[in-house]
Amino acid sequence: MHSPKNEAELAEVIVGAEAPLCVEGGGTRGCKVDGDQLALRGMSGIELYEPGSLTLVAKAGTPMAEIEALLASEGQRMAFEPMDARGVLGSSGTPTIGGAIAVNSSGPRRIQGGAARDYLLGVRFVDGAGQVIKNGGRVMKNVTGYDLVKLMAGSYGTLGVLSEVSLKVLPFPEAIATVSVAVTDLSAAVQVMSTALGSPYDVTGAAYDPVSGLAHVRLEGFAPSVRYRQEKLAGELTRLGEVDNQSKTEELWRDIRDVAAFQGQVGDVWRISVKPSDAVRLAPMLEAEALQFDWGGGLIWALTSEGVDIRTSLAGAGVSGHATLVRAQPKTVAAIGRFQPQAQALEVISDELRRRFDPRGVLNTGLMRAGQITGVEGA
Amino acid sequence: MEMPVPDATILARKTHLAARLAAVLPSDALIQDEMETRAYECDALAAYRCPPLLVVLPRTTQEVSDVLRICHEEGVPVVPRGAGTSLAGGALPTADSVILGVARMNEVLETDYDNRVIRVQSGRTNLSVSGAVEEEAFFYAPDPSSQLACAIAGNIAMNSGGAHCLKYGVTTNNLLGVTMVMMDGTVVEIGGAHLDAAGLDLLGVICGSEGQLGVVTEATLRILRKPEGARPVLIGFDSNEVAGACVSDIIKAGVLPVAIEFMDRPCIEACEAFAKAGYPMCEALLIIEVEGSDAEIAHQLDLIIEIARTHNPVELREARDADEAARIWLGRKSAFGAMGQINDYMCLDGTIPVGSLPQVLRCIGQLSKEFGLDVANVFHAGDGNMHPLILFDANKPGDLELCEKLGAEVLKLCVEVGGCLTGEHGVGIEKRDLMLYQYAPEDLEAQLWVKDVFDPKWLLNPAKVFPLSVTEERRVPALAAE
Repeated sequence: MHSPKNEAELAEVIVGAEAPLCVEGGGTRGCKVDGDQLALRGMSGIELYEPGSLTLVAKAGTPMAEIEALLASEGQRMAFEPMDARGVLGSSGTPTIGGAIAVNSSGPRRIQGGAARDYLLGVRFVDGAGQVIKNGGRVMKNVTGYDLVKLMAGSYGTLGVLSEVSLKVLPFPEAIATVSVAVTDLSAAVQVMSTALGSPYDVTGAAYDPVSGLAHVRLEGFAPSVRYRQEKLAGELTRLGEVDNQSKTEELWRDIRDVAAFQGQVGDVWRISVKPSDAVRLAPMLEAEALQFDWGGGLIWALTSEGVDIRTSLAGAGVSGHATLVRAQPKTVAAIGRFQPQAQALEVISDELRRRFDPRGVLNTGLMRAGQITGVEGA
Repeated sequence: MEMPVPDATILARKTHLAARLAAVLPSDALIQDEMETRAYECDALAAYRCPPLLVVLPRTTQEVSDVLRICHEEGVPVVPRGAGTSLAGGALPTADSVILGVARMNEVLETDYDNRVIRVQSGRTNLSVSGAVEEEAFFYAPDPSSQLACAIAGNIAMNSGGAHCLKYGVTTNNLLGVTMVMMDGTVVEIGGAHLDAAGLDLLGVICGSEGQLGVVTEATLRILRKPEGARPVLIGFDSNEVAGACVSDIIKAGVLPVAIEFMDRPCIEACEAFAKAGYPMCEALLIIEVEGSDAEIAHQLDLIIEIARTHNPVELREARDADEAARIWLGRKSAFGAMGQINDYMCLDGTIPVGSLPQVLRCIGQLSKEFGLDVANVFHAGDGNMHPLILFDANKPGDLELCEKLGAEVLKLCVEVGGCLTGEHGVGIEKRDLMLYQYAPEDLEAQLWVKDVFDPKWLLNPAKVFPLSVTEERRVPALAAE
């Protein structure tokens, strides 16, 4: 196992690599591939934090918990609500900022504030040839050259290994409240969420749990403002179902973020991204054992029996979007792939980009490309 | 500003190329008359001009695809053009290039309030996207100051921002999908109405690539419900330092206004003389706008005012109604017009960490004295996006060059304090040669790989973004191979 302590050592490891490397942040996200393990945990530390500029710079291996604690001490937080995947994947380890960025992890707030990629201001990374490359910076608006920052977010370590990231952070709200509406089915739930998201009340979360039959809508901000919006929204949603106003709901949203409902349950776990209104049509066709909905219906978490390829349902329903196999046995991953294949022209572009950034094919070789999975470990 | 020498073999093939393009386009979509192509000789960086070889104005994705395929086969450079409002020379032609203007592609293709997206052809203007959803009280958030004229295509090319992006983000945060034509004519669909596209974030790298990776013909954009209301407060200070500290304290207190605009004394004086908005004469002015219901606005403004008072403001003016709000914005919105009255000006948009505002303003003041050119500053303070306006006299020999030199020094300063050359206008030709100041050669090389992949022959807007010396090896063989 390689465990570089700094960027220079990381570059040395990559230059010296004679076989594929398995790049790993905290090792919590179940993305292991064949190859020598390259652990980033040793590259840890917060380099800069300016609360007045809403900016934080950290080495890629810095534990999320360390960053969150520092931000909390100034009344701020990571805005994109990255998921803690350990529960649903049954993995151990410590989630790192580099890992969250590498998979573009984004929680319920995605619908309002954006994904990890939207808060990533700059990166330093080491490409597949061992060169240190930087892009972006630590300012909130930056159109100086191509935005490789976005390209690196969600590239699963296939284009380069992140060594340092700079992020925009946001104030922690004074109050958080949830309006929960009892609904009879998914269609009614999507209607509740769409109504809320189409309102002027700045909704920061819209999720539906079919088990409890509740559609949850989250509001955040200054206390008087949250109280006002909660009242208004409850008034508008009451025609769609019985409304319950909740105030202590941090745990509820953490469970939604981490798909806690699937923890400890047997089966494959899929993450499906679609247009919210398409969820209504698609959900019954998935033949899932359990479903959870986030992003106003646009993010579907499906628990299915082992080995079922639900992408055929997407195609069958004529729904555009994509499905990622988040948890499955290695043989299932090998058979149907973790990532959804894309249109031919896009696959060519993606392959060509990988060839430039990683000419020897040593970085997380099995990841991202549907057809190239080699023995991915399951949960 | 140096541009590549036009390829004589392309110039010699003008008639042949025009005939091939005429075969795939309606007769009014091809312009070859030299009087008429002159209308496309520059964008809003009007100091540089060059009529293109030909101009095409397609109406459909298929026509764009046909044009690009032919130009690809012929080895002819193509310069995509939105509305031609680039301040950086992004749409400046070369004599051997075809201008591909998307202005006629301005239809709304689909409006979907349930999923909060709109799909438009890329030539549609920014403001008319909001206009299309206004009756349902929705809007499209990115609001560059040229929004009345600028096209979504150009917004995507430059990843445009605006005054309200502190809260709503810039184009890349509001763009969900595109239909894009590659230089060889291949049409690709990336993303859609779902929130995250599959695979590598190609959408992320296309947005802000200044028309060098492909021609976007259709875009799926996020639309938002309008807030119930908005109101500004104007606060004057007797030093830039204090105004800067006030901005920082407001942000630290957890207030996130939709806009924090900053004007320095030279800018206040010019605006006041021009617009007579009744601004106080002081060293620095902040205009801070918050949104929500009346009660929410009042609560946020109270917090802001409470913080401002700890910084001993010389003026504090809260808008009580729409009229007063309009008066507060009047001077700020006429800043560029006011400068234009005084002289020619060059507008930069370097971005800096918010904490270095006072230091940077001090240094700009010193540079202004050294160069003997006045500089007024008006900018988006919440996100550190500066807009120094350098005044010069275009009729005075050497003044433009002097102004450009001063501009370069200001931008270098932005980079030195941890910022960047451009926050929302793009590199174009204007800041091309400064790229090596911000990036090491290997950093630029990685960006060139992306261009190599999307446009292997280097035909799309080839003379922009990167220093010509850096791209020469790639551009020249591409032309020589023809």
